[in-house]
Amino acid sequence: MRLILALVAVLLLSLPALAVMPDEVLADPRLEARAREISSQLRCLVCQNQSIDDSDAELARDLRVIVRERLLAGDTNDEVFEYVVDRYGEFVLLNPVLAPHTLLLWFAGPVFLIVGGIALVLALKKRNRVETVPLSSEEKAVLDELSAEPKH
Amino acid sequence: MSIELGHFALILALAIATVSAVGGLALWRRGPRVAQFLQQSAILQFVLVACAFAALVRAFAQSDFSLALAVNHSHSLKPMIFKISGVWGNHEGSMVLWILILVLFGAMVAAFGRNLPRPLLSLVLATQSLLTAAFTAFTVFTSNPFERVFPPPFEGNDLNPVLQDIGLAIHPPLLYAGYVGFSVCFSFAVAALISGRIDAAWARWVRPWTMLSWLFLTLGIAMGSYWAYYELGWGGWWFWDPVENASFMPWLAGTALLHSAIVMEKRGALKIWTIFLAIITFSLSLLGTFLVRSGILTSVHTFASDPTRGLVILSILAVLIGGAFALFALRAPKLRAGGLFAPVSREGALILNNLFLSTAVGAVLVGTLYPLVLDALTGTTISVGEPFFNLTFSILMAPLLLVLPFGPLLAWKRADIVAAAQRLVAAGALAIFLAILISALGGLSISLAPLGLLLGFWVAFGAIMDIIDRGRFGKLPPRESLRRIIKLPRSTFATALGHFGVGITVLGIVSTTAWESEVVTTLNPGETTAIADYAIAFDDFNEVAGPNYSAERGIFTVTDHNGGERTLAAERRFYEASGTPTTEAAIATYGFSQLYLQLGEPQADTHVLRIWYKPYITLIWLGAILMAVAGVVSLTDRRKRVGAPAQSKARRATEAA
Repeated sequence: MRLILALVAVLLLSLPALAVMPDEVLADPRLEARAREISSQLRCLVCQNQSIDDSDAELARDLRVIVRERLLAGDTNDEVFEYVVDRYGEFVLLNPVLAPHTLLLWFAGPVFLIVGGIALVLALKKRNRVETVPLSSEEKAVLDELSAEPKH
Repeated sequence: MSIELGHFALILALAIATVSAVGGLALWRRGPRVAQFLQQSAILQFVLVACAFAALVRAFAQSDFSLALAVNHSHSLKPMIFKISGVWGNHEGSMVLWILILVLFGAMVAAFGRNLPRPLLSLVLATQSLLTAAFTAFTVFTSNPFERVFPPPFEGNDLNPVLQDIGLAIHPPLLYAGYVGFSVCFSFAVAALISGRIDAAWARWVRPWTMLSWLFLTLGIAMGSYWAYYELGWGGWWFWDPVENASFMPWLAGTALLHSAIVMEKRGALKIWTIFLAIITFSLSLLGTFLVRSGILTSVHTFASDPTRGLVILSILAVLIGGAFALFALRAPKLRAGGLFAPVSREGALILNNLFLSTAVGAVLVGTLYPLVLDALTGTTISVGEPFFNLTFSILMAPLLLVLPFGPLLAWKRADIVAAAQRLVAAGALAIFLAILISALGGLSISLAPLGLLLGFWVAFGAIMDIIDRGRFGKLPPRESLRRIIKLPRSTFATALGHFGVGITVLGIVSTTAWESEVVTTLNPGETTAIADYAIAFDDFNEVAGPNYSAERGIFTVTDHNGGERTLAAERRFYEASGTPTTEAAIATYGFSQLYLQLGEPQADTHVLRIWYKPYITLIWLGAILMAVAGVVSLTDRRKRVGAPAQSKARRATEAA
């Protein structure tokens, strides 16, 4: 599930602006592309809300190198994330995992939309029911008289 | 001496605001003399705070280092413009700017609100004074900008170099004008709740203020985004940073308010919801201004903060926002619902707009605060960053953009969706055609790009179709159609232009996201590299001295595919006073696209160079500017001008005086 979310996020993501140094770049372009995908989702721990991909910090560089080492060792993207989380904690993931403690976070949007939508439908239904009072017989008579007149 | 006068003026403003708030809220029923007093008080508050602000500006401009604030945030060698903008490049000074704009709006309501019913005017001005009193007290007692130092040092500590930019002169005033402008909507909402009177006229008075604040906020956010883009030097234009979110939430809520107020004005429906939104929008603005100062959130925008200050500001927010919502809970059920309408109607479309926008506000709010709450409750620290927001926000916005073009084409009360769809066929077909064409030419870098393009073109063409349709082109002779279009009310053009701007921004986001290219390389003077259709030659590298910094400068020549050449300079600066380095990227604009060069850290005997080609990126900000222009167009619509009928009277009064 996390992989799917991660993939969707990658599809929607801007190609990140990089602080990658030329000497870090892997020779295999496919592996390098994966490294970039992963590092754009890892937080630079000493910066303010920057991914390690965007950051100039030493620590970010170390993490970028670690990510590339893991990829060269044959890890899948998920295994790399796991490796980094084991050492630095969940805080390092910019894209939070889907787990019991983040359910509220992930489903807040859809829940708001559904609850809001239902509330809206109910409110409109109730209003239209309340406000359409049937016409009294006198009103009906007046209406019939009016509509009987020829239109021009 | 002027410092003490400024300090005194601010304290006097606090006293007057307090008296006005208490007196106004207690005596608003007492007729026109209370209103008159409050009007004069509002104008006086503005004059006094303006004096206080001027005293600070003077001290900064003259580099008066007996003022603690100037010592900490200024330097005698700074260019004059940065000395002045430095006044609000810090917590204390920015508070004074914030209050200045607050009292300016109060004075504007007093000046333009002469045609408001007296009790309503009194209540609005009293609420406005209450806000002024609360935040002026906060400034005077916990963040005094007028403190002196003795003995004064010879030189100041300089402003954070990142802030020494024209961006600081423009971004905060625009943003604050937006945030603070919503205080007027808030005051109107509170006034309506207290007096229990709310009708279509109320909505007509509130709408111009909403529009004015919204257009400032739009420009402020766009300006901030462009500033971050060129100054921070890593080429991004939106980071979903907590503070960016904090400014984006009132924008989303304000956009919803703008639309719901239309329904209320035209059809008398959505009263309770509009009041609710007015309170929410300003509450989010307060959150945006102050959450960053409370020390709870950390981000690039955080000013140095101490815990007592944070506690005080959170208490003020709790009382103001909590009070407003308590009042809302107490009084709102008594408001009567308005006109009836079918689900498929202009009203229905505007409600759908509100549903999606408020859901987006909720999602962004949860995403921003979730890590804090989770940490406080369980001690687990997580990050919620760009990938999360990009995903959730796009999913929420896509359906909104899809239905957007239908809105203006639907009739009030009950509309024919099929007829509206038929009128949009041309726009839809063209959007599909262009999305496919561009995706085919540009190559599929990310699979959702065609969908994004489709939505962008659809919204932009839909807006144009709205105008064409109203002129009944094809059904009437062209000259007659043109005549009809010229005669359309300005607000119709404003709607179309604003929606067109949304489409343009979407197109900019999608194209730069999908087709950006970048090169990271090492280069020495004399060598060349290439990106997209451009050849880049590294001509020269030298060291230069600025007024208060030293810099390494790389000179580059960019040759485009037509052989045209441009010379660019990218710098790495080092500010002596604060000991901080910054990077100044070189940006060349080609049409709507930009080339972005950044000089990286020097390595051994070579230079690291990062170059991005960002196709159509300027559309992002251009779209925002179009939205703001649409706001101006709407404000010039005679029927919706701020205090429309009273203006000539007001002018006559000032001329007579």
